[in-house]
Amino acid sequence: MSDFTMPSLGADMERGTVLEWLVAPGDVVHKGDPMAVVDTSKAAVEVETFADGVVVDLVVRVGSEVPVGTVLAHLGPVGAAAPAPAPEPAPEPEPTPEPAEVAAQEPAATTGHQPVVHSPLARRRARELGVDLASVAGTGPGGEITREDVEAAAPAAPPTPSTVPEAAPATTPAARGAGRPRVTPYARKLAREMGVDPAAVTPHDGETVRASDVRAAAIAAPAPAAQAPPPPAPPPGAPPPTGAPRPTAAATRAQTMRETIARLMARSKREIPHYYLTTTVDLTDALAWMREQNAGLPIAERLVPAALLLRATALATARHPALNGFWVDDAFVPGSGVHLGVAVSLRGGGLVAPAIHDADRLTVTETMAAMRDLVTRARAGRLRGSEMADPTLTVTNLGEQGVESVYGVIYPPQVALVGFGRVVERPWSVDGLLGVRPLTTLTLAADHRATDGFTGGRFLATIDDLLQHPEEL
Amino acid sequence: MSTPTTRPTADAAREAVQAAVRHVVPDADFDYVDDDTPLRGEFELDSLDFLGFAETLASRTGVPIAEADYPRLATMATCVAFLTGARDGT
Repeated sequence: MSDFTMPSLGADMERGTVLEWLVAPGDVVHKGDPMAVVDTSKAAVEVETFADGVVVDLVVRVGSEVPVGTVLAHLGPVGAAAPAPAPEPAPEPEPTPEPAEVAAQEPAATTGHQPVVHSPLARRRARELGVDLASVAGTGPGGEITREDVEAAAPAAPPTPSTVPEAAPATTPAARGAGRPRVTPYARKLAREMGVDPAAVTPHDGETVRASDVRAAAIAAPAPAAQAPPPPAPPPGAPPPTGAPRPTAAATRAQTMRETIARLMARSKREIPHYYLTTTVDLTDALAWMREQNAGLPIAERLVPAALLLRATALATARHPALNGFWVDDAFVPGSGVHLGVAVSLRGGGLVAPAIHDADRLTVTETMAAMRDLVTRARAGRLRGSEMADPTLTVTNLGEQGVESVYGVIYPPQVALVGFGRVVERPWSVDGLLGVRPLTTLTLAADHRATDGFTGGRFLATIDDLLQHPEEL
Repeated sequence: MSTPTTRPTADAAREAVQAAVRHVVPDADFDYVDDDTPLRGEFELDSLDFLGFAETLASRTGVPIAEADYPRLATMATCVAFLTGARDGT
């Protein structure tokens, strides 16, 4: 049994709203499958599961706003919920292709007697808290016993995540007796420094508590708002959440996004001692190579200059890891890979910077496809949770809208931001000969706590050098 | 560049341009856009938007669009001229 929780989709996210469920009870899901569409203050995001299993129930209704870490749905092992009288709980979830068989079934450990209990959640809580359902008075429709009823019958029981957000991990696999999540040594150290209980952190991947999980928990936890009254939970036993998504009105969304950007950027300028470097890059060879590649290709498969710039940045980032990661508690934490955040401006205002994961391992063609897919989905409000969480360095290509250079504001807790200006034709001297060449202004905004200008300068020089040898990109 | 068997009429080309812009900017309003307004600037099309625009335009009209033709898709007037096979400025 595992929980599907409201993920932290960025350092600034504290709460999210379920806009739409993409799965229903009984569905078999695999790690990486989108489960729900969640509205953060920045974008509508498809959130994936980090575990295999069968959807047992959907805990949070469409339209509900809940804190990060709140259980949104429960996943059971495939097969365990089958209608057989004594199903054996599978130690490891094993995907089966027959979701229909397990649909709407409940975990078999507790079978109902006289009490009216349709909610697997209520049953599970009863089991966890050692409450005899026969002794509980149901307050739900038709005398239905709800989770709240179960909890009321066990006053000494630990609070649930929906009543005390910080306690979200109480329903992690650890609390379920399914094995405590592992905590990496660094995460443990970070947790100590940040005053976070590592046992009270929901691991992002469902297995191991990492530094990013601790940071997310630290950011989510202390907010007074997080202790506000519990988010509306569906009455257990009620039909599964249904109904059309209720997206936030566009105006409200824009306003919320503005506030989020304001908070984050103010924090960046308040905390991060930026330094800025700039260099002019001659794109003659890169663009000639690109045109050669594009010749004869259908339009959909053609490259755009931004793909080359991103690819060069990804390779250079891999070679200069000091710029790839986060500044947390007076120390640099390297990124787990080169996850390039791509700044995407949204029509109607606002900005998101979802990540292309492991961008240094993609070819130019793959980078182009990934970028196109990401931008299209960002604008359609269909980003995935994993793309919103933790880009390790952000690239902005604002030059596409006409500016010649971009001196960016670093997206905290990242330590660098790369900007490309518009490609302009300018007189340029090569080997003493003056010619007209396509140029772009490449800039770096970097956190002086993490690196010095020397590192930043070498990084820009590497990007430049890579773009002079496009065939090696 | 190969010449398609049939070229769209000016009206059809105009319609295709509007449809292709709306493909990437669904609420695009052409009421106040004159024929010589640069489309990329007016509708804030970045390079990926432009790619989507060109793709839709090519598929709707059947007119192949090479990368070298992109500059001819700057305004409504140049688009129509390009798509109908007229020379620029005619």
